[in-house]
Amino acid sequence: MTHVLEVSGLKKHFGGVKAVDGVSFTVEEGEILGLIGPNGCGKSTLFNCILGQLTPTEGAVRLDGRVITGLYPAQLNRLGVSRTFQLLQVFPNLSVRENLILAGQEHKGTMLRRLFGARDAGLTPDADRMIAFFRLQHLADQKAGGLSYGQQKLLDAAMAFMAGPRLVLLDEPAGGVNLTMLENLKERLRTINRELGATFVVIEHNMDFVMSLCSRVVVMAEGKVLAEGSPAAIRNDPAVIEAYLGH
Amino acid sequence: MDQFLQLIVAGLATGAIYALAAIGFTLVWQTSQTINFAQGEFVMLPAILVLVGTHAGLPVWAAFAVASIAFVLLFGFGFKRFLVEPMQRHGVLPLAIATMALSVLVKEAAKNGFSAEAQPFPSLVPDGMLSLWGAALSARDLAIVVVAVVAIVGLQLFITRTRTGRTMQATAQNPTVARILGIPVERMILLTFLINAVLALVASYLVSPVYLAKFSNGESIGLAAFIAAIVGGFNQIRGALAGGFLIGLIDNLTAAYVSSAYRTAVPLVVLVVVILVKPEGLLGRKEERTV
Amino acid sequence: MIRRPDANLLILLAAFPVLWFLPAGLKSYGLYVVSLWLVMSIAAMGLNLTLGYAGLTSLAQGAFLGIGAYATAILTTKAGWPLPAAFLASSGLSFAVGVLLGFPALRVKHHYLAFVTLAFTVVVFLVARNEQWLTGGVFGIANIPRPVLFGSDLGAALPFYRLLLCVTLVLALAMWWLLRSPWGRAFLALRENPLRAASLGIDIRAYTLLAFAIGSAYGGAAGSLYAPLVEFIDPAPFALSASFVLLLTVVAGGAGSFFGPFVGAFFSYMLPELLRATGGWYLIIYAAVVLVIVMISPTGLLGLIERWRDHRSQTRAAAARAAATPTLGAEAGGSESDSLRKGATP
Repeated sequence: MTHVLEVSGLKKHFGGVKAVDGVSFTVEEGEILGLIGPNGCGKSTLFNCILGQLTPTEGAVRLDGRVITGLYPAQLNRLGVSRTFQLLQVFPNLSVRENLILAGQEHKGTMLRRLFGARDAGLTPDADRMIAFFRLQHLADQKAGGLSYGQQKLLDAAMAFMAGPRLVLLDEPAGGVNLTMLENLKERLRTINRELGATFVVIEHNMDFVMSLCSRVVVMAEGKVLAEGSPAAIRNDPAVIEAYLGH
Repeated sequence: MDQFLQLIVAGLATGAIYALAAIGFTLVWQTSQTINFAQGEFVMLPAILVLVGTHAGLPVWAAFAVASIAFVLLFGFGFKRFLVEPMQRHGVLPLAIATMALSVLVKEAAKNGFSAEAQPFPSLVPDGMLSLWGAALSARDLAIVVVAVVAIVGLQLFITRTRTGRTMQATAQNPTVARILGIPVERMILLTFLINAVLALVASYLVSPVYLAKFSNGESIGLAAFIAAIVGGFNQIRGALAGGFLIGLIDNLTAAYVSSAYRTAVPLVVLVVVILVKPEGLLGRKEERTV
Repeated sequence: MIRRPDANLLILLAAFPVLWFLPAGLKSYGLYVVSLWLVMSIAAMGLNLTLGYAGLTSLAQGAFLGIGAYATAILTTKAGWPLPAAFLASSGLSFAVGVLLGFPALRVKHHYLAFVTLAFTVVVFLVARNEQWLTGGVFGIANIPRPVLFGSDLGAALPFYRLLLCVTLVLALAMWWLLRSPWGRAFLALRENPLRAASLGIDIRAYTLLAFAIGSAYGGAAGSLYAPLVEFIDPAPFALSASFVLLLTVVAGGAGSFFGPFVGAFFSYMLPELLRATGGWYLIIYAAVVLVIVMISPTGLLGLIERWRDHRSQTRAAAARAAATPTLGAEAGGSESDSLRKGATP
């Protein structure tokens, strides 16, 4: 059986520093996997290796059984891997709708067809559906730069779903989002996971958020996988408690 | 061999001029992220100002004094205060573009306000030949090298031996940290602009007797200084120094042995190769750059 | 300007008849000045794409103007090609060279890219000056013919101006289309945040090369029209300072504004001619004006207007929001959707 994502023996060394030191795990169809660990445990480096921002020193990443190690971020995206960023990465001078169209347009037809085709690449209905889904209707024509932090965070997430991705990697989606917005976000992510059939990997510091959203959790420490299991099992794992509290 | 030695000395003389301009260029880049596209015009202008003075009837020494003071005030202090400071918050590119406009402005002002023709400039060193190891070397070239080296060594001593100099160096290396440490950063930045003006002044007085004073002199000197600064390492004084001499030598050797028509092109090719292969320059250190 | 494309189109179409008839009373020198403005606007339009929209600093537009001008001059005088063919060949050549020059842009950005393109410009100038067998060296190429199209001679100043106007309109319409297509959006994304753009599947390499190549093709097209306009070319107008002035043109007019190049070219190429009465001082006045513009508004003249308009529309939107949501926290706007499925009530 092939897995949606399979990371095997991944290593990333910076000089003598072993940021990621032999990590293996799999992500199954439709699940929401949480990836947690104390600061500096290597989870961001791991993310960047999976997403083609960094080239791993050793090891392989497979998407549906196909090796994707070393592909460019843009190529990965067109294979159905999309992501959100820890820091806000919307395009402030484009409207909310334009941001979403931008996020989907490269998946529509060839470059030439996009040049001579419709201005919105036929994506306005999809964009408006996404806007309604994330409850941003009243802001659709506003420049993204004028939105509040939480609203931009929602837009950032919405952009990751525009192209109907197979796998979405969310980098601290809850960071800096207030409590009300957080519930909204969590519920939206659950719905979208169910409806699109997309698979999620979530890096997050907010434990409550991870434990209530994810079906399975991988814990990293010092560049290695420390534990793996259901949220309940992880919560009671002595090694995990040690890693978080022991230092 | 004879000719080769002459070429080396001529190359070092040209290189010394480039180095002076390149060091100033590097200093203002380090402290204030100013890419001064008018640097060549800064080297062209002081000589013109001196001639304006002598044509107005001033004795030569007075013309030198007035021109020097006016230039340092206008293009050291004034440049920093009225152009760089207001533009800085907009980032590197708008400021660079403003200096491009300044370059056109200064050049055209020199052309129309003074003369479109090349004018003889009083030399501080008599023209003549010195015989050294059997080779006849231009006294003027040697004098240029000597004066430039004295100026550069003086600058180096100032930077490493005096408190102010070390503070300035710290500011150049990291203005943000310097500010946190309580260094009067603005004053130090102003100081680098004044030093830049003085170096340009020295270069101007050295080069003008050889090439005559002309409004368009800045084009080639500015370009060469520019290349020297980048090739040597955009962020290192010694890099600019080495880059200046290197470009001066390449310049003269190319003209003699390769093609005088393409003498400008060879340093440019060196520039492009350095930028693409080692963007931080031959002697430079890497700068943090966001993708 | 992606937000108000139709306003741009309307202005473009409305300006055409005005510019068609307005200069009819001008003497040949006046027509030459207006023609020069059109040609330089085309070159600036290309640079506006590269710099203003895609955010790639180029000091090579003057060189592409030169490449286009020389290619056309050589093809029409030595090879006897008709101007339309030479025009297409010149633009195509510039496009191809632009792709090559785009490769360094994949490695370095900002001022480093400016330095690389600067070097390219100086080398092109040196080739034009030194390769006498091809370019005529400092003596240049004379007697560049003006075209005969469909049997009518367009050599006189007014018909040639109107031909230029038509070409300018076509190229401006093409640029308008390009910028409002998904490509325009991708170029903007490239300028504002390449990292994020790549994560959305935007092929940074392809769009970078295209931005350079299309911008350069416009430079070459402008050069190809410049040659028959002045009828004699030598290396001087394609020196490094020409690229500086083109960059200033785009920035002063408003980098990233659709009509910025036209406004900028007015300041850079028409104003100096109008100020010729002031003797040799016109370039000084020009440089001072540009310096002041850049210092007051680094986004150029049109950037200034746009900023003011944004500010106004924001205040208006804020007022509208305040009016629509009297109670804090109430959701404004249409109904919510709890599903992403197509057909779900939005």
